[in-house]
Amino acid sequence: MEIEEFVENFAGQFVDTDLNVFSKDTVFHELDEYSSLIALMVISMIDEVYGVTVEYDDMAAAVTIEDLFNTVKRLKGEQ
Amino acid sequence: MTEAYNPFSLAGKTVLVTGASSGIGRATAIECSRLGATVVATGRDEARLGETMAALTGKGHVSIQADLTKAEDVSRLVQEMPQIDGLVCNAGITRRRPISFVKEDELQEVFNTNTFACFTLTKAIMKARKMNRGGSMVFVSSMAARQVTPGNAMYAASKAAVESFARSCALEYAPMQIRSNAILPGMVETPMNNEGGLSAEAIERDKQNYLMKRYGKPEEIAWGIIYLLSDAGAWSSGTSMEITC
Ligand SMILES: NC(=O)c1ccc[n+]([C@@H]2O[C@H](COP(=O)([O-])OP(=O)(O)OC[C@H]3O[C@@H](n4cnc5c(N)ncnc54)[C@H](OP(=O)(O)O)[C@@H]3O)[C@@H](O)[C@H]2O)c1
Repeated sequence: MEIEEFVENFAGQFVDTDLNVFSKDTVFHELDEYSSLIALMVISMIDEVYGVTVEYDDMAAAVTIEDLFNTVKRLKGEQ
Repeated sequence: MTEAYNPFSLAGKTVLVTGASSGIGRATAIECSRLGATVVATGRDEARLGETMAALTGKGHVSIQADLTKAEDVSRLVQEMPQIDGLVCNAGITRRRPISFVKEDELQEVFNTNTFACFTLTKAIMKARKMNRGGSMVFVSSMAARQVTPGNAMYAASKAAVESFARSCALEYAPMQIRSNAILPGMVETPMNNEGGLSAEAIERDKQNYLMKRYGKPEEIAWGIIYLLSDAGAWSSGTSMEITC
């Protein structure tokens, strides 16, 4: 599981935001396009691609995309 | 002494409540019993069903464990249950996915539980002639059937089908003086919404969209259901009642 690929998958849920905006350090809650629907899309993407269920609380707790990546890594480790 | 006047009384009526082990179904079972009904409570979880049974007023109530998505359970339920005057088709689940991420198995699960179980249970009850003449069917749909929100497509479509099904029942069973209606609740404080995949913050924000700035309580839905089950609802059939504000 690579962080670059994760950032790419994360960015793939956005339609209007410039792809250059996304890096592991992006504070995604501050992106204009970020919404409850995008959050749900990210959760579903993680389920589909990484096979783990991230809760809304995990989304809220993560500040950067890397934080979320680490949550996914932890959940996968627990499997 | 004359009996207290109450057109909403359910005395002498037997009511089957599905999803009676939690939330709206549990409140409906309890409130029905308080208004004099004999309750037939059904759900999957024995322990939670037992908690509902313990909370009922009066005697003679029965509980029958059944998974409504299993044909054998539905036929056993209908075989074991007594004659009824009321059916509350309330069992339901929700799965939140944006349309692009809908999973086939979840879609099946939602429709099997929310929609197809209404068909199979109603059919089984009517074929077995377990519903008395003059009876009432209440199908718990949802405001979501009419007001869609992101990620709720599977649930909304399954509940829109339920609202429509209630009208079909009204038409086909009218010759037996059986009424059928749908109830469309707004958001209600039940376990469904704790696990419904919304953050606590989003829920608080959503409550502000309601005129009373809060979600409904399960009994506030039960009272609407009871109106339709009781003789007070004798001239309501083929309708949909929104309970929201
Ligand atoms: N809460 C809301 O905001 C809201 C709003 C509008 C409409 N509704 C509708 O109201 C109904 C009740 O919801 P609720 O909020 O009270 O939910 P809940 O607390 O989660 O209860 C759901 C009930 O359905 C039963 N159930 C689920 N799958 C079943 C199956 N396969 N076979 C038999 N029983 C099954 C559960 O039984 P076990 O626990 O025993 O498995 C439980 O008793 C649902 O149809 C829901 O869609 C709810």
